[in-house]
Amino acid sequence: MLDSQDQMRFETLVLPHLDAAHNLARWLLRGGADAEDVTQEAMLRAYRFFGGFHGGDVRAWLLQIVRNTCFSWMEKNRRGKDMTEFDEGAHGPPGPNPEALAIAADARGQLTHALEALPPRFREVIVLRELEGCSYKEIAIITSIPIGTVMSTLSRARHQLQLALVDPVSKEATREL
Amino acid sequence: MSCNRSTTILHGYFDNELDVLGAADFERHLEQCPNCSSALETLKSIRSSLNVAQLYEKAPAELRKKILARIGSTRSVAVFPKRTAVWQWVAAALILVTYIGLRVVSPHRADTDKYETVLAAEIIDAHLRSLQPGHLIDVVSTDQHTVKPWFDGKLDFSPPVQDFTDQGFPLQGGRVDVVHGRSVAALVYGRRKHFINVFIWPTNEKDVAPRSGSQQGYQWTEWHKDRMEFCAVSDAAPSAIEQLRILLTGN
Repeated sequence: MLDSQDQMRFETLVLPHLDAAHNLARWLLRGGADAEDVTQEAMLRAYRFFGGFHGGDVRAWLLQIVRNTCFSWMEKNRRGKDMTEFDEGAHGPPGPNPEALAIAADARGQLTHALEALPPRFREVIVLRELEGCSYKEIAIITSIPIGTVMSTLSRARHQLQLALVDPVSKEATREL
Repeated sequence: MSCNRSTTILHGYFDNELDVLGAADFERHLEQCPNCSSALETLKSIRSSLNVAQLYEKAPAELRKKILARIGSTRSVAVFPKRTAVWQWVAAALILVTYIGLRVVSPHRADTDKYETVLAAEIIDAHLRSLQPGHLIDVVSTDQHTVKPWFDGKLDFSPPVQDFTDQGFPLQGGRVDVVHGRSVAALVYGRRKHFINVFIWPTNEKDVAPRSGSQQGYQWTEWHKDRMEFCAVSDAAPSAIEQLRILLTGN
């Protein structure tokens, strides 16, 4: 339990970034219920560690915790089924059936599909940059990628996203981690 | 045909991460490299389709509620109400009246440091809240003669309203906000791509020298003038806030 002043600081500084925390978890875990559980776990972890936060970029601090909680979760759930690779079977192979064509016609569905098809390490930089608007410096803090390689990681991630959008059947998008 | 810059520095340029010289240098390159130009167009189109698709997924209200309960928060779930209802103005006005009454009885601050910390936290909270879509401005006007009368009837004091467009701080508008349980005037000034919120409310204390601080990348400066308390907050540079303070106080 934090003292009342820290409690207030936590609620003022950290809680406004709950949406960002949930958005990152949702995209990293490709799902609803798991994302909510992991977001909650990460927020409680942030609450426990808040005493160790001494100023700086609170959003990056929180998202780093969220990101690490997500990766631990994926690691833990990896044994049964491989969560770090796109499971083509579970998502249905895109083919020339009416359903798949309807998805392709829907830009949101198509983008979601393409984004979820990316390896997590590429997906996270796209989500942080394009959805969350993070700077390279913040991305480096959150993902523990050296700041010098944020640009090239983004470049490769965007290339794969582009491939997945142009040709959703391409396996290219799932090969590299 | 392929250009290795399209897989490296093009992205830094697209993301506004290059310094001025690097960006100018790359722009010269763009003019003569069809490969990079077309790659840049592709990046733009992917970004705009991601924006249009609205993929951002906010936390569900249920999750927010669960987390607040777990951390023992006393806050209500509606942390960011869309609009302040009339009864809230009334409640806030009552609190304000009570507050002023108390300040008359004990004009000295019991614990200045704590007061400042709490106040700064609330002001930054209010600033962040105002940046949520649709929250920043209730009366949109760059005309001080429109904004000032707008506050009439909404507050029991008349805040000073001035436009500083010529000095680089265009007035964007105003709104009524609630800080520390009282209704306050909030003036919104633009500073390049930043917004500066200036919160104003009456005080019984004498003019005091400005006090400043920063929390979480937001700068705040607080001062008293002519029985009004001002607090400016922004993510703009501290020097910009200081300039605005000087403009507002006229010295």
